[in-house]
Amino acid sequence: MEKRAHFKNRTLAWLLITPQLLLVFLFFYWPAGEALYWAFTLEQPWGGGNEWVGLENFQALLSDSAYWGSIGVSFAYALLATGIAMAGALVLALFVDRQLRGFQAYRSMFVWPYAIAAPAAAVAFRFIFAPESGMIGAVNALWPGLWNPVLNGTQALIMVVLCHAWIWIGYNFIFFLAGLQSIPRSLIEASAMDGSSALRRMRDIQLPLIAPTLFFLMVINLTGSFTDSFGIVDIMTEGGPARGTEVMVYKIYFDGFKGLDYSGAAAQSIVLMLLVMVLTFVQFRWVERRIHYS
Amino acid sequence: MTVVTKLSAAAFALAAAAVFAQPAQAAERTKFEFWYGLTGDLEQRVQDTCKRFNDSQADFEAVCVGQGGYPNAVQNAIAAYRAQKQPTVVQVFDAGTLDLMLSGAYVPARKLMADNGYDIKWDDYFPGIANYYATSKGELMSFPFNSSTALFYWNKDAFAKIGRDKAPATWEEVEQVSRQLKAAGYDCPFAFNFDPWTNLEQFSAIHNQPIASKNNGYDGLDAELVFNKTKFVDHITFLKKMYDEGIFVLKAKGGVQDTADVVDSFASGACQMMQTSVGDHGTIGKLAKPDMHWDVAMLPVWAGTERKNSLVGGASLWVLAGKSDGEYKGAAAFLNFLAQPSSVEWWSTVTGYIPVTNSGFQAMKAEGFYDKVPYKGREVAIASLTYTPTTPISRGIRLGGYIQIRKEVQDALQAIIAGKVSVQDGLDQAVERGNVILRRFEKTYAGKQLL
Repeated sequence: MEKRAHFKNRTLAWLLITPQLLLVFLFFYWPAGEALYWAFTLEQPWGGGNEWVGLENFQALLSDSAYWGSIGVSFAYALLATGIAMAGALVLALFVDRQLRGFQAYRSMFVWPYAIAAPAAAVAFRFIFAPESGMIGAVNALWPGLWNPVLNGTQALIMVVLCHAWIWIGYNFIFFLAGLQSIPRSLIEASAMDGSSALRRMRDIQLPLIAPTLFFLMVINLTGSFTDSFGIVDIMTEGGPARGTEVMVYKIYFDGFKGLDYSGAAAQSIVLMLLVMVLTFVQFRWVERRIHYS
Repeated sequence: MTVVTKLSAAAFALAAAAVFAQPAQAAERTKFEFWYGLTGDLEQRVQDTCKRFNDSQADFEAVCVGQGGYPNAVQNAIAAYRAQKQPTVVQVFDAGTLDLMLSGAYVPARKLMADNGYDIKWDDYFPGIANYYATSKGELMSFPFNSSTALFYWNKDAFAKIGRDKAPATWEEVEQVSRQLKAAGYDCPFAFNFDPWTNLEQFSAIHNQPIASKNNGYDGLDAELVFNKTKFVDHITFLKKMYDEGIFVLKAKGGVQDTADVVDSFASGACQMMQTSVGDHGTIGKLAKPDMHWDVAMLPVWAGTERKNSLVGGASLWVLAGKSDGEYKGAAAFLNFLAQPSSVEWWSTVTGYIPVTNSGFQAMKAEGFYDKVPYKGREVAIASLTYTPTTPISRGIRLGGYIQIRKEVQDALQAIIAGKVSVQDGLDQAVERGNVILRRFEKTYAGKQLL
């Protein structure tokens, strides 16, 4: 008897996955290889020559306080955005799971933000948070000068994080809802009969049982915030007052595409790629151990 | 005949008709591509320019493709050049000049026109414009196309309320007028932003202050930034003081060279004075209420300064290397067409840009162009650009990685105005970081000589 499923037709298998492999090669491995090469040279934008400089680009990066600043901003962005998006989505999913009034409508509506492209949402949020002409202008009319993301880096970061979290709540919500609904209702009912409150049930039964979903979403949210932040930052703050919202991916874009510093941007891309790999590895190695899969 | 033979006969007849019914013009026009970066209303004007060229002759056809912005135009041209699919002519903005110049990926303007038998009056181009795009010896590498400079915009109605009818000529006067306007009830006497072009570059040029050593980089790739030691420091100290007192108001959206908010606030009458490009002259004319009286003047200087010419902004047209002779002939014809006084005049009428040749300017003046209402005031831009013959440091800026340097300046200004760092420290930091960028650029082009 065969111990595992075996697909006998190898030619067909290869034919079927070749298009996808080709895409991955064309859009990831090849550019990444070129970026790796450029990261070790000083590339002239119009071609015509480059100079091998070894690790100098990386040394220049690591001794640049602005680069460390952008790493800090990226981490702050990632942690804040993930925290708000997951907490918000969890609360909404719990309410919908408990079938509070109106849940049929909310169930479909809460997912919609994820369908909106990040730049489109960024334009809307930029209007909302514009110090004078936006909706938040009402606050500024009461306390003049309170909200000014044009000069205040922290406020600018809050603004972009909120926009990102708003979009990703939609994504997280549907996963949380699915996870919650896969918990056997008998468990909930039994604990309710024993007299536990909704909060208690959530803490002791529901959260531990959706731990795999929590872990999955944490990984996806964190890695997504490193890359998806670009559209939002570009539209809302362009790196923010005095680099207050300059996430790593935006710095790469600015240095490479606008500044025409291809080698510097390539070096930064390699560092970002390694960082995300390490982050994912860390999560799988240490956090996944504590997840109980039922 | 059977059905099949009927069908094939019909097909043959159709093919024969197609082959023999050629359009009347048998001569194939030589096509060449022109990539430009202007967007919006100005994009339409560029397309009109191309149409005018194509309609004026039958040998060549300019295929004009918009790239959606200056940085995009440069980026796309670079990518195309690396793939050997570059256009013949490309519009490159001021900050992209040096990378292209050092790459050798272009055909110098003088060489192109001489090779194709055109006699261009190179001296006809205003020196204040031409020297930005010329070698250190004054030979034009690219063709000035859309040129602008910065002007001081002031609201005549507000000035009339405080009993003044002339624009301030010095910054001391600007301060005095601002205080008077504030006392008269205006919340925003003067709007400013973080744009390095007006605040640093234009300021340094008219005050004859260097931005970098080696004559702003013209004399060598080993230049170093020096604006933390010039009058610029005093000027920014003044700006910060005025901002803290609430007399100068910040109207900046974010992003390098984003001037939309000073323009909007002036056009709506919310702010009474500001500095921006002459290119916004037409925009303000359209946006402002018809009963708002406003005018332009030359940028103010600090009292006691011997004013020099201001800097040119905008972009120029470069002819890229690696194309065929036929395409170069077409490009030469196109550029010759653009250099004619009639083209210069037409372009300056439909856009806010100023004429780049003296003959074009004279022709417009003779026609009374600058006496008519929407255009009145733009001649101040020419006056500003040609106030004096260019000095070695007021002819332009030739620094590598300049877009990144501009961002450093902008970041420093943001931090200074937000009070996070002192004026001197902020500018010192910008200079330090800018010098790192310059050294990197120098290393990238090691061994290349500046022309």
